[in-house]
Order: sequence, then structure tokens, then C-alpha cells
Amino acid sequence: MSGSAALARPERTLLVLGGVAMACAALFMLIDAGGQWDFVLPFRARKLATAVLVGYSIAVSTVLFQTVTGNRVLTPAIMGYDYLYVLIQTCMVFLLGSTTVAGLDPRFLFGVEVILMVAFSALLNGWLFGLARGSVHLLLLVGVILGVLFRSLSSFLQRVIEPNEFFFLQDRFFASFNDPEHELLLLSGALTLGATVLGFRLLRACDVLVLGREVAINLGVDHAKTVAWVLALVSVLVSVSTALVGPVTFLGLLVANLAYAVTRTYRHVLVLPAAALIAAIALVAGQLVLERVFGLDTNPRVIIEFLGGLVFLAMLMRKATR
Amino acid sequence: MKRLLVAAAVLAVLAGISLLIGASHVSWAALFSPGPDDRALQVLVISRVPRLFAIMLAGTSLGVAGLLMQMIARNRFVEPTTAGTAESASLGLLAATLLAPGLPVLGKMLVATLFALAGTAMFLLVLRRIPMRSALIVPVVGLILGGIIDSATTFFAYRFDLLQSVNAWTTGDFSTVLRGRYELLWVTLGLTCGAYAAADRFTVAGMGETFTTNLGLNYPRIVALGLVIVSLVTAMIVVTVGMIPFLGLIVPNLVTRVLGDNARRSIPWVAVSGAGFVLLCDIVGRVVRHPYEIPGGTIAGVIGSVLFLYLLLRRDARVG
Repeated sequence: MSGSAALARPERTLLVLGGVAMACAALFMLIDAGGQWDFVLPFRARKLATAVLVGYSIAVSTVLFQTVTGNRVLTPAIMGYDYLYVLIQTCMVFLLGSTTVAGLDPRFLFGVEVILMVAFSALLNGWLFGLARGSVHLLLLVGVILGVLFRSLSSFLQRVIEPNEFFFLQDRFFASFNDPEHELLLLSGALTLGATVLGFRLLRACDVLVLGREVAINLGVDHAKTVAWVLALVSVLVSVSTALVGPVTFLGLLVANLAYAVTRTYRHVLVLPAAALIAAIALVAGQLVLERVFGLDTNPRVIIEFLGGLVFLAMLMRKATR
Repeated sequence: MKRLLVAAAVLAVLAGISLLIGASHVSWAALFSPGPDDRALQVLVISRVPRLFAIMLAGTSLGVAGLLMQMIARNRFVEPTTAGTAESASLGLLAATLLAPGLPVLGKMLVATLFALAGTAMFLLVLRRIPMRSALIVPVVGLILGGIIDSATTFFAYRFDLLQSVNAWTTGDFSTVLRGRYELLWVTLGLTCGAYAAADRFTVAGMGETFTTNLGLNYPRIVALGLVIVSLVTAMIVVTVGMIPFLGLIVPNLVTRVLGDNARRSIPWVAVSGAGFVLLCDIVGRVVRHPYEIPGGTIAGVIGSVLFLYLLLRRDARVG
């Protein structure tokens, strides 16, 4: 397969993906700019940064989650994490009042939300994994319904807060790909960076976790502790992506499984960047194609959900849930 | 029978409460001593009574529709929102709105019904392709299928600025029901009675194809009849008041746990409990933020998903 001088296959794949991602980013920045550089470049740079950040956090959180659960169909989004974040945000506004929230420092608010998210998801996981050990189908269904419950609770609370401003609120909760707040973007970037630095220590342990709980313990991995750490990181990353663009259900499933397919390795050092690059390419290229080729102002989310849902069904049909 | 009468009496009490609450003040006293302008009576006749009827009809027919689906799919977790039926009906309604804007409500409803039929049939076909059919994977598949159809609907609705309408179809809301706007729902009562008339056949069909054929019944025809009833009911509810999630799953499950799987026995109970469930959700939605209203469908989403989780996490849910 590879000569002694050539790179091994996964590394080559990563290089190719990196090249494609760069090309997409360059196109996105420069196409049809019409000479208004001083306006266009910063504006597009923000959009690009959002897409890359969201892609990265969704891809990495999904791969890590699948490693911990030992299953390639479960993802944080399918298990209701995104809507949990939305619910926590709604509860904050509900308890504090929307005027108070608007006056608070967004960094402080975001920090509190992330901490709550980590705590909640730890509880959720402890309870769920203990309860549904061995039954992936039950876990899947409970996750999906929990997502529905979080969503219904959020819309209920939003109506209680301000019946008249309900739709306005709903819009405010979901930033779009086109309109990230500058503050939030910087904050998300810092958080993602922090999570990544912390995560580096766990990469080797994650490689072992792929072998399953018993084997990992036999090989000297502190299983419970590692899993708890990984899930905390997953919660942080989910908070980042949901805060930026709202819930995206199937992107993670798509990019994680594509990354496994193209890298054909269990090593997280290679799988994680590959998944992140694929996600960034999907988001940036998707936006490019939609805007420039079809002239649509839709964000790529709907298309991704459509395709991702089909892939998910195909995976279920192929007995991938074993 | 005696117990059923008690349940009906409870329902009547709830109905009485429902007639008396709302933004406009109506009391029994005002009704029996009509003032000069008869305002109380007018509110009652034009808004409150139609609303009550719409709630009862929607609850009854959705509960029975869920029961029929569970027998046809032979799975306890199937209902219009976990099989792509409701989402398909919304897509059909959107298609009718976009392609034939002049179509009367009845025509739109028929298009929505055809879409609902196609979507549910597709769901049943997908189920056949899924290996090792664990009972729990069935609703997951249905929910994902519904999500896919929903994203198509969202895409077109967003393009043509119809997201508000789509929201109205997907969230059951009885606050907009007025005299002259809901009468289509009376058809669902006829369909529910039809289901009751054919109850024994559905019970047999729930035992499986071979068993049904052995008894000399035409299995495909029974399944087709059930699907048509379910699709019509779903489409009518989506068109008139909007979908109420999980009702068709919760109510039949709780009833059959007590009464068993004989449809002849369970349909009346499902009808009464379904009506009661929606009525309760609607009353809660009206009281929580008086004088504002929270849609009954939103309340039903919260209560329904909690009860669904309860049904799932009980020990004996793992079998069957």
C-alpha cells in the first residue's frame, strides 16, 4: 500500500481533506466579492469562522461520544443534547427574566449555561447508561423522546415568559449561520480551544476505549474517570455549536461515519481531524453551492438534515445498531 | 359499562369547566338570565362550544387512530407522529397550498390524506427492510422518517414564506376554532364509528397475517381500511386544528394495559380517554397564563413525552 518514503494512508487522506477545505475556504472568501474588500472580507471571515467552529465541535463531540458509547449510530444530537442546551437557556431566561438576561454579561451567562450543561448531561448519562446497558434500541428511543421533551418544555416556557414576544424569542434563541455575534464567536473559539487542549491528554485512552469497557479496564484505563471526562468535553462542545447555530441533528452522524470510512483507523489523532475537516467542508461548500449555484438564502442545515436522516435509516437497515 | 359511564361523567365535568374559562368572562348565571346583548350566550355558541366539540372530536379520533396503527404495525409504539403520517399530511397540505391555492378546504384535505397514506405505506415498507425488528427500533425509524419529510416541508415553506402556516399545522391549537371553521372534524366521528364497527377485524389483524388468513379474512383489505381511516383522521386534524403529538400512543397503551387487546372493548375507553386528555391539556393551556393561551398541542407535547418515557422505562416495556 505505502512505500517507505510515502505517507501512510490516513495521513494522506488528511492532507487531501486539508487541501479541499482550504480551497473551499478560499473560494468562499474571494468569489464574487465585487471589489468591496474592506466590507466583504471581515463579514465573510466571521461566517467562515462560524462554519469551521461549528463543524469542528460537532464532529469532535460526535466521534468522542461514539467512542464512549461504543456505538456508531448514537450521537449527542440524537440523544437530545442540543435541545437540552436550548432548554437550559430557556430556563435561565424564565428564572431571571428576559430583561435581566439581556443586561448580563454574555460571557458570564454562557459560562453558567455550559457548567449546567455538563452537570446535567453527567446526570443523564449516569442514569441512562446504567438503565439501558445492553439495549441500544432503548437508549436510542429514550434519547429521541428526551429530545422531544426538552423541545416541548422549551417552547412551553417560551410562551409562558412572553406570549406576545414568543416568535421574537424563538428567533433570538437560534442564531443562524449568517449572523453570529462577535462576542459569542470569540468566546466559543476560546472554549473550543480549551476543550481541545484538555482533550489531548485523553486521546490515547480513547484509542483503548474503542476496544470496549472490559478490555479497556484490563489494559489499565481508568474507565469511569475517562468516560466522565470525555462526556464533559462533549457537553462543552455541544454547547458551543448549539449556541452558535442551534440544534443540528444529523451532521455529526454523517461526518463521523464518513471519517471512519476514509481513514480506516481507530486512532483518534487521525479520525478527529478528518471528521472536523469533513464537517467544515460540508458546511462551507454547502453554503457556497446553495448561495452561488442555486441562489438560495437557506442555510445548509435543512439539506444536511435531509441527507443525514436518509443515511441514519440506511444504517439502521444495515444492522449497524448491533 | 358502569365504569365507562363514570368516565363519561368525569368528561362532562371537564367539558363544563372548559366552557366557562377564557379571556371573556362567562358564568352560568349570565347564561340563564340573558342580558340585553346576550354577549355570554354569543361567546358560548360561536367560540366555546365549537372549541369543545373540536377538542372532543380530535382527542377521540386520534386515540382510536393510534390504536388502529398499533394493531396494523403490531407494535405498541406506533402512532401518527411516530410513523411519518402527520408529517406527510403537512407536506401534502403545503403542496396543495403552493400548487393549487384556489382549492377549497375539502380538496386540500384530500391531498393531505393521499400524502399521509403514501407516507405511512412507505413507513411500513421501510419496516419490512429492517432486520431483527426489535419493538423499540420501529418508532425510532418512524420518527426519523418523519424528520426527513419535515425537513423537506421546512425547506419549501421557508422558500415561499409559509413557515407560520406550517407551524400552525404541526402544533395543535384550539384557540382559533370558531363556528364554521371546524365542522370538517365531525367526519372523524363517522370514521371512529366505522373503526368501532370493524373492531373485531382489527383485533384479528393484530394477531398477524397468517392467523387472519386462516380465519378466512382478507388481511390486506383490513390493513388498507385501517390505513385509510388513520390517514383521513390525521389529515383532517392537521388541516383544522393542528397535530397533537403522542396522544395516539399514550392513550391506547394505558387503556390496553388494563383492558387487553380486544379492540371492541378498548375503543370506547380510548375514545373517552383521548377526549379527556386533550380537554385537560387545553384547560391547562388556558389557565397557566390567563388571559393568554398556550396551545394545547404544546402542553400535550410535554405531558405526552413524559408519559411516553414512563411507558418505555417500565420494566415490562422491554418485551413485545
